[in-house]
Amino acid sequence: MIRALGWVLRRDLLLAFRRRGDVVNALVFFVIVVSLFPLGVGPEASQLRNMAPGVLWVAALLACMLSLARLFAPDHQDGTLEQMLLAGEPLVVLVLGKVISHWLMSGLPLVLMAPLLGLQFDLPADSLAVLCVSLLIGTPVLSLIGSVGAALTLGVRGSGVLVSLLVLPLYVPVLIFGAGSVVATANGTGAEAHLLLLGGFLALSLVLAPWATAAALRIAME
Amino acid sequence: MLEALQLECTRGERRLFTGLSFALSRGQLLRVAGANGSGKTSLLRIMCGLLAPSAGELRWCGKSIRSEREEYSRNLLFVGHLNALKDDLTAVENLQVAAALGGKPADVGRMLAALDCFGVAHCAELPAKVLSQGQRRRVALARLALAPTAPLWILDEPFAALDVAAVVELERLLASHLASGGMVVLTTHQEVAVVAHAVLRVDLDQQTAALLAA
Repeated sequence: MIRALGWVLRRDLLLAFRRRGDVVNALVFFVIVVSLFPLGVGPEASQLRNMAPGVLWVAALLACMLSLARLFAPDHQDGTLEQMLLAGEPLVVLVLGKVISHWLMSGLPLVLMAPLLGLQFDLPADSLAVLCVSLLIGTPVLSLIGSVGAALTLGVRGSGVLVSLLVLPLYVPVLIFGAGSVVATANGTGAEAHLLLLGGFLALSLVLAPWATAAALRIAME
Repeated sequence: MLEALQLECTRGERRLFTGLSFALSRGQLLRVAGANGSGKTSLLRIMCGLLAPSAGELRWCGKSIRSEREEYSRNLLFVGHLNALKDDLTAVENLQVAAALGGKPADVGRMLAALDCFGVAHCAELPAKVLSQGQRRRVALARLALAPTAPLWILDEPFAALDVAAVVELERLLASHLASGGMVVLTTHQEVAVVAHAVLRVDLDQQTAALLAA
């Protein structure tokens, strides 16, 4: 099981490495959106500090959602998804491998880039640290929930719009508590409560999302 | 080993076949025949467990394949009409992933031997996107030559896009698989020697005719 998970990871990372453009796309989108805000809103430091958590989190969420279309659709088209369904390993394990690689390619770069972008908003060091931690816990949840949406809309016309409609309501709590944690740090109330809730979301989605995705994939292939 | 009991398949409003029963045991080849659109691919997908029959059941060693999904999948090798190759991976990498997901050893030596079997060893390090249609088919079929192989092969139009040499090689492989107690289910429009000796034949045209008459 671990071996199959390793091979799925290895395969998807290799594919991402050979098609670097796709990975860079989401990151560039994130950087551009976040960088345009200070230019559009004006250079007033206190205002920028107030809006920073929201802007960074919304941009990260949208960047993550952009890359969902590539999670299963290419495998569906060339028939490799069919072979995964017929592998002698539990589909849940293979799905988990794909979600982990999706996060490594779309979530992790955002986490690493966020402190740099936070500087544009004049965020203090402790807020930057909390921002990073909240993204580190929150972006895997986005990938996990997104995988369910991507699997449900597989092979459907206009799946891009549909996946947003399906997934966005579930993303909202993550957004609220993710951005909330940074705001709470700035207010001095402490981010522990928000981060613990985010951790709870991660644990819940880690347990439930791969099963839901595997079931949705089986339905999509019929 | 593999038993089909009163299978029925409905796609949308159309009933493709109904009351289809057969049994396949070791060393037998089943050829699914029928016109385009008669439901050959649907039957094959049902036999893989990718598609649920609208009625009836498939049993592997007496157990329903839907209850023993992973166990059944380990005994199955399916080559569909899609080649299941990633364009950005090389032929060897594609085979390695296929072998690993099937729970088989994935060392490069075995992969090269399998590719050599179909005469595409020289393409081993080329990404699949630069291969021709026939070469891609050969790489996809090289999975059959990977040892140790699964006992049940389900092949959808395996002879399509192959040249004469590859057809001969595939026939040899099918014959040796059958001789060693394997089972093969395939669809084809070509008349090939090993298929002519098919022990079993399911003709979906008769099904279609019966349904139209009813």
